[in-house]
Amino acid sequence: MSADQAVAALPETTDPVVVRRRRSAARPVLNVLMLVIGLVFLLPLLWLILASFNPRAGDSLALPHPFSILNYHLAFHAGAGAAIGNSLYLAGVSTVIATAVSTMAGFMLARRRIRFKGAFLVLILFLTGIPVTLLLIPTYQIFVSLAWLNSRFYTSIVLASMSVPFSIWLLKNFIGQVPREFEEAAAIEGAGEISILFRIVIPLIIPGILVSAILTFINSWGAFLIPLVLDANPADTPGAVGIYQFMSANGQVQFGQLAAYSVLFSVPVIILYLISSRWLSGGFSFAGGVKG
Amino acid sequence: MTAAVEPPAGDDIVIAEPRLRVLIRHVVTTGWLLPSVALLVGLFIIPTGYAIYLGFTNLELLGQYAQTYSFTGFANLQRMVHDPTFWYSVKLTLIFVIGSGIIAQTVLGLGLALLAQRVNVVVRASVGAIVILAWVLPEITVAFIWYSFSQAGGTLSHIFGAPGSDLLSTVPMLVVCMANAWRGTAFSMLLLSAGLRNVPGEVDEAAQLEGAGYWRRLFTVTLPIMRPTLMINLLLITLATISDFTLIFAMTQGGPGNQTAILPVYMYIEAFQFNQLGYGTAIALTLVLIGAILSIAYIRQLRPELKDATP
Repeated sequence: MSADQAVAALPETTDPVVVRRRRSAARPVLNVLMLVIGLVFLLPLLWLILASFNPRAGDSLALPHPFSILNYHLAFHAGAGAAIGNSLYLAGVSTVIATAVSTMAGFMLARRRIRFKGAFLVLILFLTGIPVTLLLIPTYQIFVSLAWLNSRFYTSIVLASMSVPFSIWLLKNFIGQVPREFEEAAAIEGAGEISILFRIVIPLIIPGILVSAILTFINSWGAFLIPLVLDANPADTPGAVGIYQFMSANGQVQFGQLAAYSVLFSVPVIILYLISSRWLSGGFSFAGGVKG
Repeated sequence: MTAAVEPPAGDDIVIAEPRLRVLIRHVVTTGWLLPSVALLVGLFIIPTGYAIYLGFTNLELLGQYAQTYSFTGFANLQRMVHDPTFWYSVKLTLIFVIGSGIIAQTVLGLGLALLAQRVNVVVRASVGAIVILAWVLPEITVAFIWYSFSQAGGTLSHIFGAPGSDLLSTVPMLVVCMANAWRGTAFSMLLLSAGLRNVPGEVDEAAQLEGAGYWRRLFTVTLPIMRPTLMINLLLITLATISDFTLIFAMTQGGPGNQTAILPVYMYIEAFQFNQLGYGTAIALTLVLIGAILSIAYIRQLRPELKDATP
């Protein structure tokens, strides 16, 4: 289970953290302690950002003297631009596929009576535990025989399938919680089934679909091993593999440029996390829609 | 005219529907499920089954055994048992999982969660944000940051007081464990924070009234109540860490030598650098087996508290 999937699976707590008022003098000490830990965690991040703006960046923490964005220019043209474009393709296509497939399956699993539904759901849960390392070699072999190697598209399908089990589980639970009263009310008013689907059900499901899509996108964006093995075409290199190749290129490691490359590659993911955390912790509330 | 709505589940009212409509619904339902089933069967179930077979063959990436490979029975298994690098890899994997995952991340995560309960809002929010940011970064970025951080002359070497030494060469497992702990602590912090919030305040207050000090209360009251959360945390950390590839591979490629070649990295090296696809699969299968055994052990640990019901 990846980090982002785990966040989505966290129990939702709505009560605020109760800060106990203690008369002890320990609180300032605790504050300082936590700040120290925070500072320790901050150091590596600080280095990254400072180095990215420092044309003469080395591997030690230093303030950039000429504070410039030269590294960003250099990195972009040395491959970061193309690689991030590839990451966009891989993440985008895999997200579209995974989300479409999972929404359809999740909807049916939540709303219809299906034989063996229980077994199917257990199977899906079980599949989330199978590591990529096991599937890598057989998938590679299968791709060899199908001549699907070195293709961004087929690699995207594999990336999509990595997210599908969890997405189905997520969407099935989400859709299952959408109150049926809306649809029943609309049906009583005489709306046809298709109309109900498009004008009532889908708008209510969209938050769940968005969360699933964002999580899949984040997962696929940082993919390293799968593209490394399944797509050796240099023109298809995604961001993660690109950074790795840059790192292990012969000669002096270009710390500044690599730092800029890493920042460029990481920012989209950070933004998506910020957006999705609002959805997740805000809860999937159908505020105002259901009376009583 | 029959109703155009599916009968509400559980109701006694049965609305008769024309056979055609029912048939169409079944077709649509199956049709909507088909793509996911196809994807899951084709890219999960079949590869898993295929892996179980391939682990017992002599398939290679190039050469004669790439085209015509054969089932070799327990040959791979024998090779593994007699392969010193394999056992070294198992040891490294356990060090990595236990050291950086279970110990470092859980202790740090718990510490931060406990601190977060008592500190200033601003401190909690800002430190929390930094720790979470470390977790949110793509793995390759973490690898690069810590790679640079631990080079000769890098910041870490300055902190350790040995500016000239390339820490990644001298203490590779330590650096890699630190990197993983840095990255993963946020997860434990969040999960254990949620667990702490669910500990009823009355129990702790009762213990306080009985005169129990902070540490005593922590270990005899709070943590036992949090046992399920702790177990789930350990389980998830173990599963995630045991199959982690990118971080270590990008930092060290398993080196220097084999000093950081945990099982996933060793598998990759054997399969794609030494062309031993069959043997590599066998290693992967062993990895999954170890993960499964540990999972079962953890889940078993969740059970005893059901037996703790007062007679």
